Amino acid sequence: MMTEPIPGPDATASGSLALDVRGLSVAYASARGAVSAVDDVSFAVASAEVVGLVGESGCGKSTVAASILGLLPHRAQMRGSIRFDGEELVGADAERMRHLRGNRIATIVQDPTSSLDPTFSIGEQIAETVRAHATVSRATAKQRALDVLAEVGIPDPRSRYDDPPHRLSGGMRQRVVIAAALVNDPTLIIADEPTTALDVTIQAQILALLLRLRDERGTAIVLITHDLGVVATVCDRVVTMYAGQVAEQAPVLALFAHPSHPYTTALLDSMPSAGQRPGGLQVIAGTVPDLAGALPGCRFAARCAHRGPRCEARPPLATVGEGHDVACWLVAGGVGL
Amino acid sequence: MTTSGLTRDRRLIVGVTILGVLVLAAVLAPLIAPHDPESIDSARLLRGPSLSHLFGADALGRDVFSRVLFAFRISLVVSAGSVGLALLIGVPLGLLAGYSGGWVDLVLMRPVDMILVLPALLLAISLISVLGTGSSITLIAIAVIFFPILARVMRSSAQVVTTLPFVDSSRARGMGGFGIATRHVLPNALGPVVVQAAILMGFSMQIEAALSYLGLGTQPPTPSLGLMLFEGRDTLVQAPWAEIFPGLAIAITVLAFNLVGDGLRRHVNQHSSAA
Amino acid sequence: MSERLRFAGRRLLITIPVLFVLSVFVFLLIHLVPGDPVRTMLGFRATPENIARIRGELGLDRPLLAQYGTWLNNLVHGDLGRDYVSGASLTSLLRTSLPVTLELTSLSMVLATLVGVPLGVLAASRGRGWRSGTEGFVIAGISIPDFWLGIMLVLLFTGTLAWLPPSGYVKLTDDVARNLRYMVLPVLTLVIGETAYIARTARSAVEEALTKPFVGYLRAKGVAEKSIVFRHALRNAGVPIATVIGIQFGVLLGGSIVIEYAFGLPGVGKLTVVAINQRNYTVVQGGVLVLAAMFILVNLFVELMIGVIDPRVADGAGA
Repeated sequence: MMTEPIPGPDATASGSLALDVRGLSVAYASARGAVSAVDDVSFAVASAEVVGLVGESGCGKSTVAASILGLLPHRAQMRGSIRFDGEELVGADAERMRHLRGNRIATIVQDPTSSLDPTFSIGEQIAETVRAHATVSRATAKQRALDVLAEVGIPDPRSRYDDPPHRLSGGMRQRVVIAAALVNDPTLIIADEPTTALDVTIQAQILALLLRLRDERGTAIVLITHDLGVVATVCDRVVTMYAGQVAEQAPVLALFAHPSHPYTTALLDSMPSAGQRPGGLQVIAGTVPDLAGALPGCRFAARCAHRGPRCEARPPLATVGEGHDVACWLVAGGVGL
Repeated sequence: MTTSGLTRDRRLIVGVTILGVLVLAAVLAPLIAPHDPESIDSARLLRGPSLSHLFGADALGRDVFSRVLFAFRISLVVSAGSVGLALLIGVPLGLLAGYSGGWVDLVLMRPVDMILVLPALLLAISLISVLGTGSSITLIAIAVIFFPILARVMRSSAQVVTTLPFVDSSRARGMGGFGIATRHVLPNALGPVVVQAAILMGFSMQIEAALSYLGLGTQPPTPSLGLMLFEGRDTLVQAPWAEIFPGLAIAITVLAFNLVGDGLRRHVNQHSSAA
Repeated sequence: MSERLRFAGRRLLITIPVLFVLSVFVFLLIHLVPGDPVRTMLGFRATPENIARIRGELGLDRPLLAQYGTWLNNLVHGDLGRDYVSGASLTSLLRTSLPVTLELTSLSMVLATLVGVPLGVLAASRGRGWRSGTEGFVIAGISIPDFWLGIMLVLLFTGTLAWLPPSGYVKLTDDVARNLRYMVLPVLTLVIGETAYIARTARSAVEEALTKPFVGYLRAKGVAEKSIVFRHALRNAGVPIATVIGIQFGVLLGGSIVIEYAFGLPGVGKLTVVAINQRNYTVVQGGVLVLAAMFILVNLFVELMIGVIDPRVADGAGA
């Protein structure tokens, strides 16, 4: 992995931030030239804040998550800066990143059914996360695992500890994954579509659990999702991404009240009304552009109803309100020449 | 199946080339053998390899090279015969069981599974203890331990092919069960069976050698590779060539069959995953 | 835990009909011999009186089903009949030969597993060198006939290097060190072939396990790579590995018959081969029965182990 840190904002500015991503770009070499999976993405997460990272699949949100975790494939080239709790992660060595993962930066995965090792008991898999980062006895690790299992609402953890994953329901498995995320008391949790695999009632319980943990522990959460209903329920701020770039970021209320990027508006329009199961975002006509080769203009232009001649050039990030930035010529002086 | 994929596999090429040379040598043995494999010559007892006796001479002064050639013929015939017989029984059985399913499958396959309860060589030995020894009995005994394996492979392959849409459409066109099974399912399901058969050819050669080595397979004076190994044991230190070359012949043949089997397997897998 | 017990119970129940079929097969062996088995068995001692006496003893004139009943009843009570060539009881013959076979096969199996599994894991998780090296060893190990390998080892270690005895046997209970000296070559011979099969299976099973989503999640939890490979991937690969070890035990038993014969080890395999050459049918029956029963029991054990390795199997949830 090639890394090239660029100077971030000064340390005092990012002091209270759990995570500060500045100018992050990730590219893969391919037969058709460099594929720019993430391009110049910046956002920050304060402690006890829940930030939603929203977009269609392939928009680069999972690549951003992998960059923060240091889990990009070896052939990926990363540029920019990722500061976690003041520490630069771009260019950090592999062992340091391993130590942060699962310890100070925890992950909640999308599909607990395939993500838990079917041959180990759920308790062992949590205790293992403890012992991967601290030299503690088996008994201590087990006790901590039992504590978090109780905390995430697994009834009778002591008798459940030795159960293999397949004996638990989907919702219970997701609680196990959350317990594993909490067990080392992380500063930041990256939750990648944590409720997609669950039905609506369980979904609500899991989201309530996440919010409770944020309130009690002050953990910062990056919530990756394509579901704006989930965003509305739990997020403080939202970053919408399109084709590897930030389209718009805003406090959640401002985003829903005054969506300013045509892509955000389209996302909101495609949202199902309350009580309906989200049908995905395919309702926006067209597809995400091929990210190989040079992409000088606005990447959304091909699907945008408002596109004009200026969209041939990349729109700058313009501030339209308190903490509300938009990358669109409509707010940066119009699409015409 | 594309032939270009087959001809590009290096293992397959090496395996087929070795086998080609070996089979040619076996067929032409009477022409290329420099000496009579049976002729005993006290003047050259335990003589080491030389230009006139490439592989040396054994304890009776027989030319090891000529004996290996003729023994290899027998071993190859037993291998091909046993696998051929096993295919003849196993393929129809597996096809019928896999295509029909249900109780037909159960009735046919349960007894076949029971045969697999015994370790292969032990079963062969048990049969030989009853039927007696000799090359043809060995051939039959090996066929008995192989046909359940081939039947199982054929069955599971036929099961997969039977679920493919073109089988349904043939049925819809009013084609009979027998016609579908033999004309559509069989050719499309045969790939894994061919792979298994290639590997079993090598395995058969090893079993034949083991049985002859135990005195339970091919009987003297017919030369067989296993028998040569048995006969050369007492003079192992004085005439190691009488032990080294017959064994090498087996090892190289088995290696060639394994290379062919592996190469074909890769191709069959690609083929079925692309389908 | 009760699921595990129920699983074990089910497996045990499945083994019973298998043992039954085996007993019928072994019982019928002597009846399938063309001609008069007793006459063949006794050879030059086949006087009319001897034949009549032994036919009576074997009950060969009674109905087949009654014969089987008596035979099975004796078998269950530990009486396998008599060797009519030497006059010894089969139980005592097997009591002296079984320990030899058990030592040979268990040593070989354990060593092959201890070498083959780590070799396969390294081939699956390390670079190309390990991979192609293992592949070469595997194809050679599979292709070389085990008894010929044994002969070559004898040539090397006893002929050329003169380190080890070429054949013979000393009881384990008499002298452990000398017993092991006699066991080294036979065990080594069997281990090489077995290791090849086990390493091949372990490699492909671990390779497959390493593509599973849980591996990515373990990395996200900061679990060390060594632990991911050797704890998680290996355990997930455990079912195919254990299955192959069970199947290979059959091949190993077959190999041990030849190897015992080649190295002059007085085990069940050698006993059986000698008995076949002497047309000594009751001894053949005893040998086949004991070897096949070993195979069935080892596979029962493997099935139970699989239930421990993968809890989904024990719960019948499908792996």
